[in-house]
Amino acid sequence: MAGFNQSTNDGSGPSKETAHPPKLHTRPVTGMIVLVGGLFALLLGMGVSIAFGAKEIDLATVWQSIFSFDSSLTEHLVIMELRLPRVLGGVMVGASFAVAGAIMQGMTRNPLADSGLLGLNAGAAFMMALCFAFMPGMPFLFLIMYAFLGAALGAGIVFGIGSLARGGLTPVRLVLAGAAVSALLAALTDGISLYFQIGQDLAYFYAGGLSGTKWLHLKIMIPWALAAIVAALIMSRSLTLLSLGDEVASGLGQRTGVTKIVCSIIVLILAGSSVAVVGAVGFVGLIIPHLARYLVGVDYRWIIPCSAVLGGLLVVLSDLAARIINPPYEMPIGAIIAVLGVPFFLYLARRERREL
Amino acid sequence: MKLHGSLGEQERTARGIRVLTILGLLIIVVFIICMNTGYSKLTPFDVLKTLVGLGTPKQELILFDFRLPRIVIAMLVGAGLAVSGCIMQGVSRNALADPGILGINAGAGLVVMLVVAFYPSTSAAPVFMLPVLALIGASLTAMLIYGLAYSRTEGLSPTRLLLTGIGVAAGISAVMIILTLRISPEKYQFVATWLAGSIWGSNWKFVLALLPWIVVLLPYVFTKARVLNVLNLGEQTASGLGAPVERERLKLLAAAVGLAASCVAVSGAIGFVGLIGPHLARRLVGPKHQFLLPGAALTGALLMLVAEVTSRMILQPQEIPVGVVVAVIGAPYFLYLLSRSK
Repeated sequence: MAGFNQSTNDGSGPSKETAHPPKLHTRPVTGMIVLVGGLFALLLGMGVSIAFGAKEIDLATVWQSIFSFDSSLTEHLVIMELRLPRVLGGVMVGASFAVAGAIMQGMTRNPLADSGLLGLNAGAAFMMALCFAFMPGMPFLFLIMYAFLGAALGAGIVFGIGSLARGGLTPVRLVLAGAAVSALLAALTDGISLYFQIGQDLAYFYAGGLSGTKWLHLKIMIPWALAAIVAALIMSRSLTLLSLGDEVASGLGQRTGVTKIVCSIIVLILAGSSVAVVGAVGFVGLIIPHLARYLVGVDYRWIIPCSAVLGGLLVVLSDLAARIINPPYEMPIGAIIAVLGVPFFLYLARRERREL
Repeated sequence: MKLHGSLGEQERTARGIRVLTILGLLIIVVFIICMNTGYSKLTPFDVLKTLVGLGTPKQELILFDFRLPRIVIAMLVGAGLAVSGCIMQGVSRNALADPGILGINAGAGLVVMLVVAFYPSTSAAPVFMLPVLALIGASLTAMLIYGLAYSRTEGLSPTRLLLTGIGVAAGISAVMIILTLRISPEKYQFVATWLAGSIWGSNWKFVLALLPWIVVLLPYVFTKARVLNVLNLGEQTASGLGAPVERERLKLLAAAVGLAASCVAVSGAIGFVGLIGPHLARRLVGPKHQFLLPGAALTGALLMLVAEVTSRMILQPQEIPVGVVVAVIGAPYFLYLLSRSK
């Protein structure tokens, strides 16, 4: 317990007498309410999102088409082939980005962590551009693998550079490294897309479009994302300890190295597979975990499921807004979320007192 | 400011002049190489002949109408951005400041894009207006960032300035993406190239639109070298030495924003020159702004020329935007600086 008693920082303050996991500031009741209410809102949002579109369909038809599908009705076909995959994609992507963000924030104890800010999304997008340019027509099954690799590449450079610096990985340094690596990868992606003239294909991709989501993508993406989210739930207890600091965690008998590696792999899978479906959407992973933490306290056993639900809700609602604002045009969803996310980032940046 | 011994001062001056001369010569060499590279081959001898007026009409067309304006713009933009970055680094005492990283280029870009998107054609009229419009966008962005990062209790923290810049730039690029999808395909191609930082205004009109800004602002900034030296000592020391800190800082920042905006209006979103130029110059001529500012201007011009040559040579006959080349060189350098920072 030597390491445990040395723990100093973090306002959530572990109690020093017990050998049990430190008493955490959590609100399980609020957590339950958020989870149940969130799920209910999510289902409602999905229903409205499916019903709304170029062809108005009422909610009863939505219900029928899902639970008693009839392929002779156009409405049912529209719902099953176009709208349902889109909404499901939105839920999965939102949940994935939010959980990835929550894990990154907990693991690095960095309030500014987000897969978009730390170079993962840019890395995945860069790899996708390479695939579009050199291996056109590559099946999605492999494309998603390359997206994982790309996310790992981006994250590897950012964290590598960040930890090379004297003084180690401070939040500010990580964000700066993330911005520079993103700029570098985006420049390379730009070069590739202009040279191979695949800009049109890629433009929607960066902006983040859910409209192209097909069952084919979902069949490949959902197992990865679900597995990673379940793994994140399993790791959530270890993550809570890790978020109190390495010393506390290892003092309580945790193998922090293993936890960190497993968590990193989960993050790469979540970010990579989401980018492969929807493009480089940032800020979901920044906003949602903060919101979840504010609502349910610091225990990741609650933060992670709540983040998943709220993240799904945010993306589904943003997608709905993207279609409502200026029909028949669709706004890129990444831009809509960025408009929400940037003020929040600025607010967090203003609170960040630690210097470079 | 007699802080140093007179002998050291003299040595430093001699060294500064030497380095500046070498940089000037290097620029001339790359300038000549740059005139020789491109889609149609011109030998150095051809170039020389054409310059003194003995070339064929075709050679004259290639050289005077296609290559020279671009080369001149590249040099002016490099010098302007590097000096702008040099001022920002000096004023904010922040080694990582750069008009691109601080989001000022993005603000200029947004306004340029709005004009391009909603002006009926890309014809002659708006060329001379572009730097002015870009300046408006850049100034508004700079004010926004300054206002958001400034705190009454703690003053202007370099860290918060950078974080705010990154955030604001992200917000602006989101708005730009929203706009991109609303415009026609031809204009989209144009905007995409602009965003990637291609020197698209490749004729003399753009040189003329940019030149007055550089000609006025660079000498003005050079006369302020001593003020920058004092500001660099820190806010309290500077006020102690009798400098009206806040007023001088605002004047210098306004000049920096003006330089960055006019350059970006013509060249597209080119980042990192404002970061690397001053750093290389500081290594070569030391921290005194009397030499640092001209040094940065020359280094910046040289960098842009090299990037320009590279962008034309690397994937012939295709050209890649200069901004891409600059980012590929610049981003690793930024990361290197970051990893060295304390």
